[in-house]
Amino acid sequence: MNQQPSVRQRGSSALLQLAGPLLVLILLGLAWQLLVTLLQVSPVLLPGPRAVMTAGWKIRDSLLVATGRTAVAALGGLLVSCCCGTVTAFVFAQSQIIRRALYPYAVLLQTVPVIAIAPIIIVSLGRGFLSVALVACILSLFPIITSTTTGLLQTDPLLQDLFRLHRATRWQTLIRLRVPGALPYLISGIRIASGSAIVGAIVGEFFVGSSESGLGALIQRKSTQLVLSELYATVITATLLGTLVFSLITVLSEQVLRRWFGMSLSGRN
Amino acid sequence: MISGSKSQRAVFELRDVTVDFGSVSGPVLQCLNAEIPAGQFLSIVGPSGCGKSTLLRLLAGLQPHSSGQLLRGDSADNRVPPGFVFQQPALLPWRTVLANLRLPCELGGSRTAVPSESELLQLLQQVGLSGEDIRKRPAELSGGMQMRLSLARALVHRPGILLLDEPFAAVDDLLRMKLQELVRNLHDARGLTTILVTHNLQEAALLSDRILVLQPAPAGLVCDLPSGRVADHTTWRMSAEVIEIQHQLTKALLTQ
Repeated sequence: MNQQPSVRQRGSSALLQLAGPLLVLILLGLAWQLLVTLLQVSPVLLPGPRAVMTAGWKIRDSLLVATGRTAVAALGGLLVSCCCGTVTAFVFAQSQIIRRALYPYAVLLQTVPVIAIAPIIIVSLGRGFLSVALVACILSLFPIITSTTTGLLQTDPLLQDLFRLHRATRWQTLIRLRVPGALPYLISGIRIASGSAIVGAIVGEFFVGSSESGLGALIQRKSTQLVLSELYATVITATLLGTLVFSLITVLSEQVLRRWFGMSLSGRN
Repeated sequence: MISGSKSQRAVFELRDVTVDFGSVSGPVLQCLNAEIPAGQFLSIVGPSGCGKSTLLRLLAGLQPHSSGQLLRGDSADNRVPPGFVFQQPALLPWRTVLANLRLPCELGGSRTAVPSESELLQLLQQVGLSGEDIRKRPAELSGGMQMRLSLARALVHRPGILLLDEPFAAVDDLLRMKLQELVRNLHDARGLTTILVTHNLQEAALLSDRILVLQPAPAGLVCDLPSGRVADHTTWRMSAEVIEIQHQLTKALLTQ
């Protein structure tokens, strides 16, 4: 029988998982500061981490507001792409003919250059939250469609036999076997899509560029103003937001999988 | 449907049954003839890839045949889907032990009402699982416990026929002995018709009333061996007859 790790063991393993990347971050920061100090690089070309942190603290209020707006737009887009992606995956899983006919168009979502599509959307829908969320949605849709379709199609053949043996209806097989079986795949798709949604929202805001918008607009403004330390602070904040959303979704996914499946994303029980 | 007084008791009758997947190596099963009477414990042995599992899937209705006739007896045994134990436990990982056990009664073909929790508990105890396990998920069970649950699930809808596809292949020797005895006891207690596919000749000699030996694909019948098994499992396990049957089976397989 599998032995469940204690809360203390789990806590210490989470700390260990955090310690590695944190150490690398500190070392990189130190190397960066050393480079800037030793080579006496002009702050106009490359500000040091200390200058970036000071600049970030100075504009913390606008950074916080922008981060909130970007997060809401990205998560809104992600939510819509989860719904649309799951429904599309259901359609794809129905037959190979449907899959063959529609799959190239799903691939388009991945291959279309977001820099080209964002201005088109903004022209059509206006400079607002909706446009930003839609760019985030488009960019995060593909991983959800492909992962969920794979999950719906990769049902254990023995379990399929079991359902056929007991003369299960198509609906019973879908609800009791294929949908729960596809859930880990959907979760994995959402994790990958979360990063794309943040990137999508930032690119969308970059083109919207209004003063009310989020991190993307702030990046654009700071780059035109040539306030490099503040630009760096904004870019780092955007990166941290992506990492935070990805980590939160990973933790939530682990909880769901552990609770409902007795399994984890790493494949360990 | 099967007619005639002798055939009335048969649950399956195969007449020149051939199963062909269309591969270049030819059919998997070729012109197979056999009659399986109700209440018999039948083992099917043969070399790997000879079509033993295909034959079992054919009897379960999971595999169509290409030609010949497969007649099913018009008894209650054939109206309820057979119980089937696969090579792996094949449990739904998101369901608890109790919910996995209940599954066959929730699906389309079941004519039995969902048993009460106390009935399910009784069945779990019969296969050697305790009441403490009912809320656990399969990942929390050992391999042996998963196999026991799989066996209980195969019996929950009260089938007349139990089909076993090498269910003990992946368990250790001691557990295999326990599970073998359990399966034979359940067969006797419930009056089942049991068909076991195995590559373990000792297992076949030990458990069966009758053994069918198949030749390599395209599989046909090499020998149909009645075992003359006695009811006392322990006495039978130690008897010289079991060794003698194993010898006969080995000879039949080696002379193919």
